[in-house]
Amino acid sequence: MDYFLELFFGGLTRGSIYALIALGYTMVYGIIELINFAHGEIYMIGAFTGLIVAGVLTHLGFPEGSMLVIALTCAVIWSAAYGFTIEKIAYKPLRGAQRLSPLISAIGMSIFLQNYVMLAQTSDFLPFPELLPRFAFLDRFSGVLGSSELVIIAMTALVCVGLSLFIKYTKIGKAMRATAQNRKMAMLVGINVDMVISATFVIGSSLAAVGGVLIASHIGQINYFIGFIAGIKAFTAAVLGGIGSIPGAMLGGLILGWTEAFATGYVSSDYEDVFAFCLLVLILIFRPSGLMGKEKTQKV
Amino acid sequence: MSNTMNANGRNNGFPGFFLTAGCSGFPEALKKSLIAAVWFVFLTFPIMVIRVNTIEDTVDWRWMNMVYVAVAVFFGSFVWRWLLARKELKKDETREENRVEALMTRIASDKRLKLIAVAVMACMVAAFPMVFNLYQTNIMISCLTYIMLGLGLNIVVGLAGLLDLGYVAFYAVGAYAYALLNMHWDIGFWAVLPLGAVLGAVTGIILGFPVLRLRGDYLAIVTLGFGEIIRLVLENWGDVTQGPSGISGIDRPTLFGVKLGVIDSTMYMYYIMAGLVVLTIFAVNRLQNSRIGRAWLALREDEIACQAMGIDKTKTKLMAFALGATWAGMAGVVFAAKTTFINPASFTFWESAIILSVVVIGGMGSIRGVIAGAIILILVPEYLRDFAEFRMLLFGSIMVLVMVFRPQGLISAKRKVYKYEPANTASAGNEQ
Amino acid sequence: MRGKLTLFALVFAMASLLLAGCGGEQKEEKKTEAPAAKKLVLGVAGAHSGDLASYGLPTVNAAKLVAAKFNAAGGVNGMTVEIAAQDDQCKPELATNAATKMVSDEVKIVLGHICSGATKAALPIYLESRIVCMSPSATNPPLTQSGEYPNFFRTIAPDDAQARLEVDFARKLGLTKVAVIHDKGDYGKGFASFCKDFADQEPGMEVVLFEGVTPGAVDYSAVVQKIKNSGAEGVIFGGYHPEASKIVSGMRKKGLEIPFMSDDGVKDETFIKVAGKYAEGVYATGPRDFSANALYKEAVEAHRKEFGTDPGPFFPEAYSAAIALLKAVENAKSMAYDDLIEALHSNYVETAVGKIKFDGRGDAEGVGFSVYQVQNGQYVEIK
Repeated sequence: MDYFLELFFGGLTRGSIYALIALGYTMVYGIIELINFAHGEIYMIGAFTGLIVAGVLTHLGFPEGSMLVIALTCAVIWSAAYGFTIEKIAYKPLRGAQRLSPLISAIGMSIFLQNYVMLAQTSDFLPFPELLPRFAFLDRFSGVLGSSELVIIAMTALVCVGLSLFIKYTKIGKAMRATAQNRKMAMLVGINVDMVISATFVIGSSLAAVGGVLIASHIGQINYFIGFIAGIKAFTAAVLGGIGSIPGAMLGGLILGWTEAFATGYVSSDYEDVFAFCLLVLILIFRPSGLMGKEKTQKV
Repeated sequence: MSNTMNANGRNNGFPGFFLTAGCSGFPEALKKSLIAAVWFVFLTFPIMVIRVNTIEDTVDWRWMNMVYVAVAVFFGSFVWRWLLARKELKKDETREENRVEALMTRIASDKRLKLIAVAVMACMVAAFPMVFNLYQTNIMISCLTYIMLGLGLNIVVGLAGLLDLGYVAFYAVGAYAYALLNMHWDIGFWAVLPLGAVLGAVTGIILGFPVLRLRGDYLAIVTLGFGEIIRLVLENWGDVTQGPSGISGIDRPTLFGVKLGVIDSTMYMYYIMAGLVVLTIFAVNRLQNSRIGRAWLALREDEIACQAMGIDKTKTKLMAFALGATWAGMAGVVFAAKTTFINPASFTFWESAIILSVVVIGGMGSIRGVIAGAIILILVPEYLRDFAEFRMLLFGSIMVLVMVFRPQGLISAKRKVYKYEPANTASAGNEQ
Repeated sequence: MRGKLTLFALVFAMASLLLAGCGGEQKEEKKTEAPAAKKLVLGVAGAHSGDLASYGLPTVNAAKLVAAKFNAAGGVNGMTVEIAAQDDQCKPELATNAATKMVSDEVKIVLGHICSGATKAALPIYLESRIVCMSPSATNPPLTQSGEYPNFFRTIAPDDAQARLEVDFARKLGLTKVAVIHDKGDYGKGFASFCKDFADQEPGMEVVLFEGVTPGAVDYSAVVQKIKNSGAEGVIFGGYHPEASKIVSGMRKKGLEIPFMSDDGVKDETFIKVAGKYAEGVYATGPRDFSANALYKEAVEAHRKEFGTDPGPFFPEAYSAAIALLKAVENAKSMAYDDLIEALHSNYVETAVGKIKFDGRGDAEGVGFSVYQVQNGQYVEIK
């Protein structure tokens, strides 16, 4: 039973990170139908910004408690800025072009950002300071659930609830939903669609930055390449849940995390990814638009 | 290039147009550039300026980088706005062809000119290995392989409109088919080449079948998944595939049973590849204008209308998958024979992304476009070697820039125009 | 129809030119028989860009330093040594490109390649063109043991020797149950498989877990739990330091304090930096400590002077390989392939990794491994 619980929480932690990144994918997709391949790189830049800020703060002698908050805030600000700028440079001029062009632009952007960070910083792996607080009361259960895992899970839950409320009740959230439903109609009722798209990128990037800082602090190392695999997995999670659906992305992330953890735990980690992708194929065969995705009937 | 610049700037003089492109006047342009510079300085501040070493607790401030960024962005933004404005100007004239395209159309429409052009091209292709050295020839082989892969993927993506992100799986099937058959039963290149094509097609059908219901990006992620599954199986099923250490000592192709040395076989390989590319171009060209090709185009444009017209959707889609995979299977066999060593690391998602980029950057649905795309994407990184570590950075930015300024690809596909001439029909009617 | 005809014409043109091409080739071959110039080109191949560049670039530096050293002493047999570096990014297909470039540049001796996979892809080309190749880091055993490549030499011990040492050491620690983990890579999985085989043969030792982890995965908590659940008394890991540090810190965070042993992919300063306090107590095998070797000291000194930094991984092996190759030319007094091979097999050379000679298969005699442990943030050799 202990073993099961360990795997359960391990999968939950990993799934939470996938969910945080997947939200960015799914929001962007919902609004402009673009697979933003550079999103994984935003996550990486978030982690790097967190590391740099934490490094500077340590150098200046800040207390450890405040470090996580400041590093996280800075990571969110800069990642959001990157998301905003990338949209303006690489995607906005392509609005109205054929569907695959922005996708290739996104792949190019992803290559560019990876190499930009590699050249400006380093190609080596860097140690990431442990910013997450350590709770003494959890030491007894450290085999099952460590404190950093608890923080990640709690933080993800908090962010997800916050995001849902934001989308549901704020004006901009409503505008986003309207734009996702029908861009032309939204324009007609006076929604500034450009602004909504920018807001989507900013919010999605901020969530990725939170994921980046949390996971980097949990596993203690980063390099310029971490965004690639995390991005692909998160994208898979988003599709699994039904791309365009926000609760779907969260569910998809968690399911993917659990699948990987249990596949490793009870079968073999050799085929961990094979299980993940097989699950995806199976689900999509029976539910072609993902778990929570809306079945779109095509109008003729 | 300079001619077109003048043509666009003729109204208010080129310098004026360049400086104020997209703005109401020079002061506004200056302001915009300043804002851009400040924004980018802020944006790149942590990554470009600060470098921390958390172990020795030192912080390295590189203020010079900030200056570089500011200056580069300030001047770059003028160029950026100018290019965007130029693209806008041209938008109205999209129907018109640019100079190169016009030349190509002229060549294509004139029988004699076309023959001459084809002959010149053939001579150039044939003479390449004699003019250039072994290294260049070798790179050209890679380039030709990518042309072949691009043309194959073009059937799936460009013609049938099915986004396939796991195309590399079929490439891997071909390569491993040859490697394994050669290792265990010593079967030669020429026997496996058609077999690789068949195996590719069969895998295409097997993988295509369950995912036919999926549309758009769902299809994309599932094909991506299939690509990864195949690679992971190759990596982990060590008893059969020798796992990550790969298969070495694969035979090079023989010339009528004669084994060739490295230099000769590279030449030979080059001609085989050139021949295969010609075959591919020929086949794809024929396919495009055939019944199935038109069905693909129809399917791409409107699935429902297509079904209403009585086109079998399942069969048409499966055909696209199978025919696309055929070329990848063949290219895989050639790849294995060329490198004589393969391992799963050559068949990652990255490879699929590059092949897709070849198709999209070149111009979807256009054979000439795919060729141009392959030449750019494969040769550019090779010739960028002089820039050493900036190579991939430039490569990424070129991809973005090409897409931003030529979203339809370098050479866009031309739709075949079927002309309806009432005069002829009328006279035909009279004759009746 | 018109299109069809022209395409046929094109195919015919191609075919006829193909024949012409065969004729042209012979001419070209004659050209390659040009008399040797007063230059000796030492080819250097390996990953000089991409994610493994940090393993390949030290070799280039080593070759430059050795070339400068020989040139300062009047060259080799009156020829000045020149370096021709070719990048392969550790990818097989690029390795063949690099190798053909060497062939067309008429290079006779090559230092490299860095990765075993790339080496495997390039060796047949070298063998056919009779080029001698010496790697400072390709540890895959069959490269020498298969006997297929008499032109291949290396200045590093093969993986199986290292795995033997690892298992012997595990035995010395008194472990009866071990978990063997690898990174699914060519090097990591190969090493881990040897460890598993040796441990299975060992009486009283049992491999309770043999698994691969996915490099670059977000975290390894599931694998760590599996290790814990398997009841292993120690972990042997085959692979590189990024994965090793993630696994070892995951283990320690979960309160799993069993010994962690790894290979020379982990015996790297970066591992200690990244894993930090969790690195403490980790064992890793690596090339024997030759910090006392005079030639090695000289090489490091020269590197600091020339490049301003400490040398990177495989630098001493690469430095030694470059010396061995150039000395072989000196001893053979010719550039002929057979003379070079003969010289490498028969003469002892003083190098940065000790006094070495190559055995019949191409492995260096006198090069070995020892076990290190991280103590107070440093690798210390365990005698």
